[in-house]
Amino acid sequence: MLSTDHAQVERWRKRRTQLAAATPDQRRELLADTARQTRRSVVRMIRTAGQGHIGGDFSVADILTTLFSYTLRVDPAAPSARGTDRFILSKGHCAASLYSTLADAGYFPVRALETFMRPLSELNGHPNRTKIPGVETNTGPLGHGLPVAVGQAMGARLTGSDTRVFVVLGDGELQEGSNWEALMAASHFRLDNLVIIVDRNRLQQGARTEDTNGLEPLEARLRAFGCEVRRVDGHDFDALIEAFRPAGENRPVAVIADTVKGKGVSFMEDRVEWHHKVPTPEQTDQALKELA
Amino acid sequence: MSTEAANMTSSTGGSNTVSADVPVYDNRAAFADELLRLAREDERIVAVCNDSVGSSNLVAFRQEFPDRLINVGIAEQNMVGVGAGLASFGLIPFVCAASPFLTARALEQIKADIAYSQHPVILCGMSPGLAYGELGPTHHSPEDLSWLRALPGIDIVVPADRRQTRQAVAAAARHPRPTFIRVGRFKVPDVTTETSRLRRGKFDVLRGGDDLTIIAAGTLVSRALIAAERLRASGVEARVLNAAYIAPLDIDAIRAAAFETRAIVTAEEANVSGGLGAAVASVIGELPAPARVPLRVLGMREFAPTGSTEFLLGHFGLTAEDVVKAAEDALSHG
Repeated sequence: MLSTDHAQVERWRKRRTQLAAATPDQRRELLADTARQTRRSVVRMIRTAGQGHIGGDFSVADILTTLFSYTLRVDPAAPSARGTDRFILSKGHCAASLYSTLADAGYFPVRALETFMRPLSELNGHPNRTKIPGVETNTGPLGHGLPVAVGQAMGARLTGSDTRVFVVLGDGELQEGSNWEALMAASHFRLDNLVIIVDRNRLQQGARTEDTNGLEPLEARLRAFGCEVRRVDGHDFDALIEAFRPAGENRPVAVIADTVKGKGVSFMEDRVEWHHKVPTPEQTDQALKELA
Repeated sequence: MSTEAANMTSSTGGSNTVSADVPVYDNRAAFADELLRLAREDERIVAVCNDSVGSSNLVAFRQEFPDRLINVGIAEQNMVGVGAGLASFGLIPFVCAASPFLTARALEQIKADIAYSQHPVILCGMSPGLAYGELGPTHHSPEDLSWLRALPGIDIVVPADRRQTRQAVAAAARHPRPTFIRVGRFKVPDVTTETSRLRRGKFDVLRGGDDLTIIAAGTLVSRALIAAERLRASGVEARVLNAAYIAPLDIDAIRAAAFETRAIVTAEEANVSGGLGAAVASVIGELPAPARVPLRVLGMREFAPTGSTEFLLGHFGLTAEDVVKAAEDALSHG
């Protein structure tokens, strides 16, 4: 199990304090800077490991940044402590983005990121809760995060905790039936402490979602399954912050975050092949230049 | 057909013909009683089910603890994930469903969310094996032991009677890691004694003997005891081991049986491809030549035809008489 980096936790706490007091412009700038660092970290990790899922790492980066730098009530020095919020990345293949975000918050030392996917590293290609603080459940196979999040939301209620549970799903992942079982339960049990975020980048491994097994009309579908649906630009920090506010109604919140796969690097944006392509040394330099 | 409907179709009630003079009991009643007793003592105990409130014997639990009985409907994948989420809040979830639907439909959830994630959930495979008799192979779960045994990080318990079922429920609630309990519906007689204690990863020696060893699990334990009695009449002293824990496996007991007796017979209401018998075979196969004793593995090798549980146990060679024959065969032919 990796251990807390207390000095980094302090830096992260200071930044959160700054963010809470910042003007909207300052806040946007600070969050954008953090997200840029996450993407730079992802590029280096995937380049070094020679594998990874860079497109989805980039589409979800602004969502993860908003959650961990602003929205979530968490304590990286005491993950899963009573009264703190819970987070699950159901699209576990975007582990590089999650690891960079967790390291930035001090859940474990930033230098551990260099071991991504190396033999015996704690940082597997998909996150493991028994090795990484801040990971709530092992994801990787799709359609697993939401049912566990539903159980956590029920657990929070049963134990009288005001914990909110946030789960990020890939959009292609919604083709898995287990999600729809879980959505039925989430609305039936009126889990208004659950926030389901769909990273709607419109691409899955081999093609566009709508050319594979279409999800639209997604808003109407999620609403029909009992969610309070909020649709936002998944790269607009102000909109994300607003979308992550507590439920207005007595039911789960579903945030459809419209995103761009490969967001931030011109030659990767909205290109299906960058689902899991690895940048060449030249492409790495170019990507880091664009993310400077 | 739903599990509720299956439960109402009383295909397997009545007594076992192998022991007509001895009272027999449905282990689900002991399971439900013990779960309720624990829930009164510990508010962390919750039950999760897939519409199987009746067939999982959770009606009394729901009456007493309506908030702690979570019925997610007919949705096993979600049910298992929900169990993991509840466990991560410090609750102790008993996730109950007919074993075929729990272990087959939600196998990837059991692998990733429970075993690999090490969420301490108790998976309760109700009415396992051939319990649903005439309802057919869709409702049978002779595969569950093979599937679960393939996963690291999860205990597998097959209680042989009422007392052991109670002990298994209590032990699982205390255990900090995941457990699968096979909760039998086919009525069985008591085979353990007042003083016997379920020990994690240990077979229970129900009867001593140096000629051969019968290792049996669940339904087959009482039949193994009857077989041992009949073998004694022909001068063969059989050791009978109750394999309540299939995982962790009692390797020491298997080795001792191989070194100290001349043959081993395993018997279980499960497929031979990966259950208790396969586990025993893998231990014996690695022993030095003198200990590689003759082995007979009794169990199922194909999907069941139509018939009651009792009929099917006979059909698949899982009666006391079949155990006797397998023992004699192993001793005489090697």
